[in-house]
Amino acid sequence: MTQISRDDVLHLAQLSSLQLTDNEIDTLRTDIANILGYVEQLGELDTVGVEPTYQVTDLENVWRTDEVIDDEVSREELLALAPASANNSVKVPKVL
Amino acid sequence: MVKIADYSADAAVANVRAALEKAKQHESYHALLSLTEERALERAAKVESGEITGKLAGVPFVVKDNFLAYGAPTTAASKILESFNAPLQATAVEKLEAEGAICIGKANLDAFAHGGSTENSAFGPTKNAIDEQRVAGGSSGGSAVMTALDIVPFALGTDTGGSIRQPASFNGVYGMKPTYGTVSRYGVVAMANSTDTVGCFATTADDAALIMGIMAGKDERDMTTLPDFFVPESSVSPLRIGLVKESMNNDVDEEIRTATQNYADKLRAAGHTVEEVSLPILKYTLAMYYIIVPAEISSNLARYDGIRYGHRAEAATLAELYGKTRDEGFVTENKRRIMIGSYVLSSGFFDAYYQQAQKARTLLVQEYQKLFESYDVLLGPTTPTPAFKLGENTDDPIKMYLADIMTVPASLAGLPALSVPAGVNSSGLPIGVQLTGWRRDDARLLALAKSMEVN
Repeated sequence: MTQISRDDVLHLAQLSSLQLTDNEIDTLRTDIANILGYVEQLGELDTVGVEPTYQVTDLENVWRTDEVIDDEVSREELLALAPASANNSVKVPKVL
Repeated sequence: MVKIADYSADAAVANVRAALEKAKQHESYHALLSLTEERALERAAKVESGEITGKLAGVPFVVKDNFLAYGAPTTAASKILESFNAPLQATAVEKLEAEGAICIGKANLDAFAHGGSTENSAFGPTKNAIDEQRVAGGSSGGSAVMTALDIVPFALGTDTGGSIRQPASFNGVYGMKPTYGTVSRYGVVAMANSTDTVGCFATTADDAALIMGIMAGKDERDMTTLPDFFVPESSVSPLRIGLVKESMNNDVDEEIRTATQNYADKLRAAGHTVEEVSLPILKYTLAMYYIIVPAEISSNLARYDGIRYGHRAEAATLAELYGKTRDEGFVTENKRRIMIGSYVLSSGFFDAYYQQAQKARTLLVQEYQKLFESYDVLLGPTTPTPAFKLGENTDDPIKMYLADIMTVPASLAGLPALSVPAGVNSSGLPIGVQLTGWRRDDARLLALAKSMEVN
């Protein structure tokens, strides 16, 4: 059974860009350990020499000509979706 | 129950008004997150005046609220998209509107379609259409309940691991999950790219076939769509049907097993052969699913960062902005799945979890392939239990996940599967049986189900 420490949970949260509240951490720790414990039964299957299946309908790369498809969505409409915008740009907190 | 043929273009306004009124009377079920009343009535007037025509002229329907659609925000039942107004519509919605269908509202779901009961909605659960103490199923619970309450003749859903079929069975309506790639997913909130599908709920197999026929087809905006193949079939010849042994064991509710056997007997009486078959890998499929799907979720949900759209938390630094926005915007189940995904994709764990699951998936596809060499359709229950009580499984994620054990195999293999109403149990709760076909056999499943309505 996989052991998941509090630090493991915090590391996963960091990888996932999630700032968890304290009361969530313990619950998630138990849940994640249980779920990993459940999925580990796959280790019983012999998959030596088996190719993985990432895609099920055998589609290969699908190409099209590099032309803009006009969705008739304007810059203004898209900018209006941003929580903050200014000067025709999306506004974010200072990074540097 | 109402059917599409019950609606006429001449009475579009009255019909849409009646559907809106009925939806309001059934508010206690919490099947809808919003009504699109103004836009619906405008469109209904255009149908009556002849400006809008088509095969579905004046027919009201609802969309699961993870389809981009006009008239109300597209929330995915999450706080992070609570006030997101879609700047465009999903291809599936556009195609239905082009035939004159009228969307009257956005249906509740588990936030981002993560769940099997609609209890993970950030805005509260949907109640079962037959018993308000029980869950609607999920994740497309609202769409199933709106159809089962006879408010609309059909509704749109998405099915990644059972999210149409399971709630269809819990509420006693048809639920169709097509072959992977049948319907464009352009404009649908992505969950897991390798298994996400768009399908529908309906009260008859014919109506489901009509809706799937309209939605299906290649879309240059979704490169995973298959070349056009879906043509509704009007009759069905005698078929070889396999009853999957592993889906009929003691873990499955006895009354559900009996209903499935009864359906098998009816199939035999209708001239089909039904034999017991074995899919030994079935018991491992849920484990595959809960590695592969969270991995895809963790990657898909990375886009919700509070920058370009959606909720943004107050924060001083960029890292804090991402972290707080996502903590506030996601429900616990979203976080659980994102973190599981991050775990199985991490270096050091990738081979043991993610890669092993994708190899196991190959074994599943091979077992199916072998069965479909000798059989046309597979039969089994849609779910191991009828609708469970609200709150019954919320503290135990694995118990909740087990409700999907019959539906995830077809999803992982990209196969079409249909949940068919098969009566009720001794408490009056609906039971569904599942018909599964090989890829592109969607129309045959619907034709078979239709032929059984008559028999």
